[in-house]
Amino acid sequence: MYFVSRIEAAGGVVLGPVLLGLAALLTAGCERGSAQAGLPVSQLSSRGVIDSALVPGLTRSGVTNDPRAAQYYNNADAVGTGKRLYQQFNCNGCHSNGGGGMAPNLMDNQWIYGGRLEQIHQTLVEERPNGMPAWGGKIPDEQLWQIAAYVRSMSLPATLAADHSDTPSQTPAPVPPSADQHAGWTPPPDTTNDYGSVITGPQ
Amino acid sequence: MRPLLLLTLLGAAPLPALAQALPDPVPMDEVFNNQGIGHALAEPTPDAGRTAPSAANAPQDDGQWTMPSKNYASTRFSSLQEITPENVRQLQPLLSFSLNVNKGQEAAPIVADNTMYVVTAWPNYVYALDLTKEGAPLKWRFDPAPLPASKGVACCDVVNRGGSVDDGKYIFNTLDGQTIALDVKTGKPIWRTRLGNINIGETMTMAPTVAKGRVYVGNSGGELGVRGWIAALDENSGKLLWRAWNTGPDQDVMIGPEFKPIYPSDQGKDLGVKSWPPEAWKIGGGNVWGWITYDAEFNTIYHGTGNPGPWNATQRPGDNKWTAGIFARDPASGAARWFYQYSPHDQHDYDGINEQILLDMPFNGKMTKVLVHFDRNGYLYVIERQTGRVLSADPFGPVNSSRGVDLKTGELILNPDKATKLGTEVRNICPTASGAKDWEPSSFSPATGLIYIPHANLCMDWVDQQVSYIAGTPYVGALVHFKPGPGGRRGELTAWDPVKRQAAWTAWENFPVWSGTVVTAGNLVFYGTMDGWFKAVDARTGAPLWKYKVDSGIISQPISYRGPDGHQYIAVLSGVGGWSGAVVSGPIDPRDGSAALGFVATMSDLPKYTTAGGTLYVFCLPH
Repeated sequence: MYFVSRIEAAGGVVLGPVLLGLAALLTAGCERGSAQAGLPVSQLSSRGVIDSALVPGLTRSGVTNDPRAAQYYNNADAVGTGKRLYQQFNCNGCHSNGGGGMAPNLMDNQWIYGGRLEQIHQTLVEERPNGMPAWGGKIPDEQLWQIAAYVRSMSLPATLAADHSDTPSQTPAPVPPSADQHAGWTPPPDTTNDYGSVITGPQ
Repeated sequence: MRPLLLLTLLGAAPLPALAQALPDPVPMDEVFNNQGIGHALAEPTPDAGRTAPSAANAPQDDGQWTMPSKNYASTRFSSLQEITPENVRQLQPLLSFSLNVNKGQEAAPIVADNTMYVVTAWPNYVYALDLTKEGAPLKWRFDPAPLPASKGVACCDVVNRGGSVDDGKYIFNTLDGQTIALDVKTGKPIWRTRLGNINIGETMTMAPTVAKGRVYVGNSGGELGVRGWIAALDENSGKLLWRAWNTGPDQDVMIGPEFKPIYPSDQGKDLGVKSWPPEAWKIGGGNVWGWITYDAEFNTIYHGTGNPGPWNATQRPGDNKWTAGIFARDPASGAARWFYQYSPHDQHDYDGINEQILLDMPFNGKMTKVLVHFDRNGYLYVIERQTGRVLSADPFGPVNSSRGVDLKTGELILNPDKATKLGTEVRNICPTASGAKDWEPSSFSPATGLIYIPHANLCMDWVDQQVSYIAGTPYVGALVHFKPGPGGRRGELTAWDPVKRQAAWTAWENFPVWSGTVVTAGNLVFYGTMDGWFKAVDARTGAPLWKYKVDSGIISQPISYRGPDGHQYIAVLSGVGGWSGAVVSGPIDPRDGSAALGFVATMSDLPKYTTAGGTLYVFCLPH
C-alpha cells in the first residue's frame, strides 16, 4: 500500500505530563491518496481501504484489503500491546473502555467509518470530521495497528464474554480473521438475500 | 451468571446492549451526619430581617425573561401569580417546537419584546419565535455553523447553557469557541468574536452574562488540560476588553494591588505558579464554564473556577491556585478583588462553577450582603460579598470526602480515607465527581425565603491513573464509577432555608435532578426530570401538584413569563443528554460503567425510560 508509507516519527511513546507539542513531531512525507479520488470503478482496488460497502454500480462489494493487516490477526501480543497504547495515547479519555463518552463507543457492532481492523487503522491514520484527530505520523504505524487490533477486539464475542465487571475490554481476545470476512456490514443471521448478488467477502 | 446471559443475547438478533445492573447505594453510615460537619460563624438570627435580593440586583419584574438567571441576583423568581397551587392541575401545553437537535438541551428560553429566543446544543441553532401570533411562528433562525470537530473536544455532550437579550442583541456562545451577537430584529450577526481554539481542546458551553455594556464569557476544557480564563467583551463591538487567566503568574490572573483575599492561604505572590509543579499550571484547568454573576450594588463580578487538571491529583501536588474556587473581580478592568478556594488541591473533580445567588440576609443579628453558592463538594456556602469571608458552610447532600469547613482558615477539612490514590481504588466517595449539585441552577423565592436546589444523591469509586498531556485530547487520568448515594434515589429537589441553615423539605427523584428550577409568586416550583416529566410542586411544602410527560428527559432551565395577552406562561426545553444523560444522547454502550467519565455506571438504566429529543414546550392555563 502506498499511503502512510513509513511515516513513523514519534519514536518514544511515553509523553511527559508537561506541555508536549505533538504537532512538532509531525514530519513531512505523508502522501495520502486523495489524488486518487474520481478514478473509474475498475481502478478502485488501488484506492486503499474503503469505508463503505456501498459502491454505486457494483454487483459485489467494493471493499479492498490492506495486506499489512494480516499479521495483526490471531495476534494476542498485538491486542495486549494495543490495550496499553490505547490508554497511553488517551484513547480511553474519549472512548472509555469501549463504552464511549466524548466519542462513540467501540464495543457494539455499529461502525461509522468501518469496523474491520484495517478500516479502524485507516481511521486512526487519517482523521474523521466529527472530532477524531489524525494520528498518522504522530504515533508509529506499528502501534496504530496494535491499537486498531485492540479496538477491533472490543466487540468480539470472546472479549465481551470475558468482561466480568462494568469496566469492559480488560481481557481482549485476539482478532480471528473470520471476524472481518465481510464487506463492512454483516446482515443478521438467517437473512435471505434475494437480489441475487454476492454481498459478502472482501474481494 | 451474567456472562452467560450476555452470550445468549449476542446469539440473537441485534438488540440494544444489556445494561449493567445498577451498583448498590452507598450505605447510610458511610456518610457524615449533616449536623456534625456544618459550621457557621454565628447562630441563626431569623428575626433580624427578611431575606430578599436588593432592588439593584433584582429590579421589579417586567414579565420578561431576558437572561437565564432572570436578574443579576440570579433568583430565577417570577412575580407572576396567575398559576397557583389551586389551579395548576389545569395547566396544559400550548405549543411545542422541535429544536431539530437531539442532544442535551441545557439552555433557558429567553423572552424579550414578545419574542422567544432559544439556542440549541451543537450546532447551536438559534430560533426566534413570535409570541404575538398563534402558534408562535418563526421570525428568523440562525445557524452559526460551528466546526463539527469541536464535538470531539467537548467533555460532556455538546451542550449550550443559553443566551441573553440586551440592547437589541441576542448574545450566545458556540461550542467551537465563538461569542456571537445577533440583531434581535433580523437574526443577522452584529459581531462574532472567536475566543477559543479547539486544537487545544477549548470549547465554550456557558451562557454569557451581559451587564452595563460588557459581555462576560469563559472557556470549557477542564478535562483536556485547557487553561481556564474569563473574558470581557465590549457589547457593541465584540472587542476583547480584558482576559484574566485562572492559573499562572499574578499578572495573567489580574492579581494586583486591589487583591485582598481574606484567608492567608490565598495571600502571596504568584501562587498560581507556585502551587503547581513546574509548568503544570499551563495545562491546569480552572475553567469558567458555569455562571458569572454581576453585582450592581458593589459593581463586582463573581465567577467560579473549574477543576484542576488532570483529575489525577498525584500529578499536581500543591493547592493548584486558582482552581475550584471563586473570584470577585472589577468588571471594568478584570482586576481580582478577592478569591476563596472551595477545594484546594481538588482530588475529586469538584469544579467551583455553580451559580451564586445574591441576597440580603439576616446574619448574626443584622442584615448582611451575601452570595449563596452550592458547591460540587457538597457544601452550601454563604459568603460575605464584600470580603469573601465564609459565614457558613453546610452540607446539603451526602458528604464523606471532607469533614466540614474550618471557618477560621476557610480550609476544607479533607477526610484522608477518601483521598484518591494512584493505582488503588478508593470506594464510596461522596459526593461524586459531578458533585452534590452540578451547574443546574437553583431559584430563590422572597415569598418563602427558601432556595430550591436541584441536585443529585450520588457517590463514586475512583482510581487514579498516570496520564500524559497530548494537546486536544483528554487529560483526566482517573477510572471512575458513579453509584447511587445513601437511600438509592439519585436525585433531590431540596428547599433550603439559608438563614436557619436547614432544609425545609426535600422531594426525591429516581434520577439526578439535572434541570434548573424556577419559582413563582404563585408559590410553585417548576423543574424537569431526566426521565421526561415536567413537574410543579408547592413551594411551601414540596407537595407534588402537577406533571406532564414530554418527549425526552429534561436537563434545561425552565422559565415563567407574561405573554402579549397578559397571561402567565411556563416554558422549558426537553432533550436529555449532558454529562448525566450521555448514555442516551451519545453513542454510548451502557455495559461500560466507566463511560462518560464514570457517569454511565449509575445511569445505565436511563435508556429504559427515555430517548433522545429536543423540543421547546410552552404551558398555560386554559383561557
